[in-house]
Amino acid sequence: MVSEEAQVGLLSSFRVLDLTDELGFLCGKILGDLGAEVIKVERPGGDPARLIGPFYRDLIHPEKSLYWFAFNNNKRGITLDLEKAKGREIFTRLVAQSDFVIESFPPGRLGELNLNYSALSRIRPRLIHTSITPFGQTGPYSRFKASDIEIMALSGCMSLVGDPDKPPLRVTFPQSYPWTGSYAAMGTLVAHLHRQRAGEGQQVDVSAQACLLWAFSHAHTFWDLNRHLETRAGSFMTGRSITGAKMRVFWPCKDGYLNFIIYGGEAGRKTNRALVDWMDSRGMAPEFLKRKDWSSFNIAEVTQGEIDEMEEPIARFFESITKKEFFVAVIQREMLGYPVSTVAEIYDDPQLKARHFWQKIEHPELGASLLYPGGFAKLSETACEVRRRAPLIGEHNEEIYCGELGMEKKELEELRRAGVI
Amino acid sequence: MKALQGVKVVEFAAYAAGPVVGKHLVDHGATVVHIESRVRPDGFRTHYPPYKDNLHGLNRSGLFALCNNDKLSITLNLKKAPQATDLAKKIASWSDVVIENFSPGTMKRLGLDYETLKKVNPDLIMLSSSNLGQTGPHAHHPGFGSQLSSLAGFTHLIGYSDGTPQMLYGPYIDYIAVAYGAAAILAALDYRDRTGKGQHIDLAQYESGLQFLAPILLDYQINSRVQGRDGNRDPHAAPHGAYPCKGEDSWCVISIFTDQQWKSLCSAMGNPVWTKESRFATLEARKQNEDELDQRIGAWTAQFMGREIVKKLQRSGVHAGLVNSMRDLYSDPQLQHRGQWVEREHPEIGKMHYQCPPFILSKTPGGPEKRDPLLGESNDHFYRELLGLSEKEYRELMEGGVID
Repeated sequence: MVSEEAQVGLLSSFRVLDLTDELGFLCGKILGDLGAEVIKVERPGGDPARLIGPFYRDLIHPEKSLYWFAFNNNKRGITLDLEKAKGREIFTRLVAQSDFVIESFPPGRLGELNLNYSALSRIRPRLIHTSITPFGQTGPYSRFKASDIEIMALSGCMSLVGDPDKPPLRVTFPQSYPWTGSYAAMGTLVAHLHRQRAGEGQQVDVSAQACLLWAFSHAHTFWDLNRHLETRAGSFMTGRSITGAKMRVFWPCKDGYLNFIIYGGEAGRKTNRALVDWMDSRGMAPEFLKRKDWSSFNIAEVTQGEIDEMEEPIARFFESITKKEFFVAVIQREMLGYPVSTVAEIYDDPQLKARHFWQKIEHPELGASLLYPGGFAKLSETACEVRRRAPLIGEHNEEIYCGELGMEKKELEELRRAGVI
Repeated sequence: MKALQGVKVVEFAAYAAGPVVGKHLVDHGATVVHIESRVRPDGFRTHYPPYKDNLHGLNRSGLFALCNNDKLSITLNLKKAPQATDLAKKIASWSDVVIENFSPGTMKRLGLDYETLKKVNPDLIMLSSSNLGQTGPHAHHPGFGSQLSSLAGFTHLIGYSDGTPQMLYGPYIDYIAVAYGAAAILAALDYRDRTGKGQHIDLAQYESGLQFLAPILLDYQINSRVQGRDGNRDPHAAPHGAYPCKGEDSWCVISIFTDQQWKSLCSAMGNPVWTKESRFATLEARKQNEDELDQRIGAWTAQFMGREIVKKLQRSGVHAGLVNSMRDLYSDPQLQHRGQWVEREHPEIGKMHYQCPPFILSKTPGGPEKRDPLLGESNDHFYRELLGLSEKEYRELMEGGVID
């Protein structure tokens, strides 16, 4: 049993109304991970994003979406029809008791419902209203429709992924949604700290396209500084040498692939030495590698010829080992590099087990308990963890409308019949 | 007025994972001090191109510039104990937040771990960002984000099902941890204001990154499915991919999830005969004939400029977008509209475009004001005016190479 004290989170005293679709799910979840009381507000019948797969035992059902489970835990759930006047009135009563509203409606839609920031801030001046959209609230693309692949394309990410002779690629499992949700959480909390200190609420206008600019680090600065265009290079890394040399990143091994990069710097030189020793212990290190003067090896000025010469024997060596052997060796020999893990291998990682990363959460409705990725960090004084599973459709209607908003059960029943809830 | 004015942050940090957290705080008005030393400058200054005109130099790195605008750069050689340790503690006492991303154990070895710093600054908030976390059997393993992104499962999801894995350019996972680290610091600052309690945040970039893959982790656990890479394909959509446009290496993307979107696309293409074939009539049918579908769509898009296609399709309610190149980002009309780039003159780099936050705060907008600092440029200002060292102390620390 966890003590009362240990269950307090950094944001325990704050309430969040979460009206986002998949683009914003993670924003509310992060606030929830930090202890905030998050209420997911869905349309009657449930959010369409409940039909995003994968599904529990592959059963396509709005209360069995693993995508929903993963990004809407630490939230309670109510239904409410904002298209109906009564629904809007109830919503404003909720807003009056809340600290954050996060939403991902198309720009302008909440204005039509008279629920935009200027309307809500009249009810609750200290409100932080976070609006999460593909491109932002205003501007030439603000009305553009986009799913993951359009965001990945317009942010520039895709131009850096893929083989040079094939089309640009996205990541197969959508990445722009969690990127946007997590950066939205950062923006929301910047505004929150200011609200707490200066007493002033405001709107936070998040652009997914802009969030994804961080996903590729600094590739654009090559253009800015030197008019050099970084572009897709298959399984190689570019941009590490001023000669334009590219380094292999992915190497086939016995049972999959390894990520190993010839680096410079202190850690890189140490790694290169350790690898050559390891190769030598199996009689697979050629003389020129053994004689290499690593202390003068400068990755930023290395030529493609030198890289190719080094990579050839390394490739032969890697083909003779397994992912597991490589993982054990990089840890023992303190080398840089990791196997290319699949989700299966991640569940077996001893480091995650030792840190109690996985959290068992009960799903009484399924008669099962599932192992979730736990808190994103370990905090010394407060909890950061999964406290409750994602809500079923309208699961907390009574608890919130009657218990916290003071509605009579009869009234709730009427609202249900009228399709407001 | 910026949102975080008055917040004081110190970075015992280099590369991306620590300093980019500080970058987001400085963009909103915090005072952020970046600690380096001449014997060991930030690795982004020394080891990571691009350098202006390809000429290597400590103050010529575009990557360092991107991550450190508006910060104060001070030098402090932590190897010069005990004076350096005392000075570091004094700086930690001055600050509200310490950010460090050394490999776990290093701060302890330097006598600057959270427990020690807490004694001199009881309500300190300290973020320790590391590859795998401060504890556990692999805690001390050194690593970079470009490789951790593989251990965490991301690169297995990039590429074609029959090809090698690929990466999304750089230390992808570092920048995921950045958002989490900044969120935790901000929430901890508010918590401290209310309770008087500081906090140590042990952030493993690995564990932050895995949050993004939670649905497919559950999918493996429950359905034993190992999600792999599948080019640009999506199980819920067809067409769904990148298609060639007129011009050199020019591409647009299109994604069709519903029958209505498919009808709109067909009509935008002029309802060619092939779209009437039963092989393309339903999503299921299109998924089965997706190679041919992609060829047909590509043959249509190749006749036009990308911008024309996107305009036309978006007008008909179809998801579409250009594949922006790194060059295009600087002229993208939407990013320009949001003021994404702020141009500043840098003494060695010349004109540099610094990056604004991806979110705009309506009353206290953030963003870069000043260029990134030269190595040690802020020593005088910080040590004398902000930290309040006497002239004598400052001179002695410089002569002793503590401030190097």
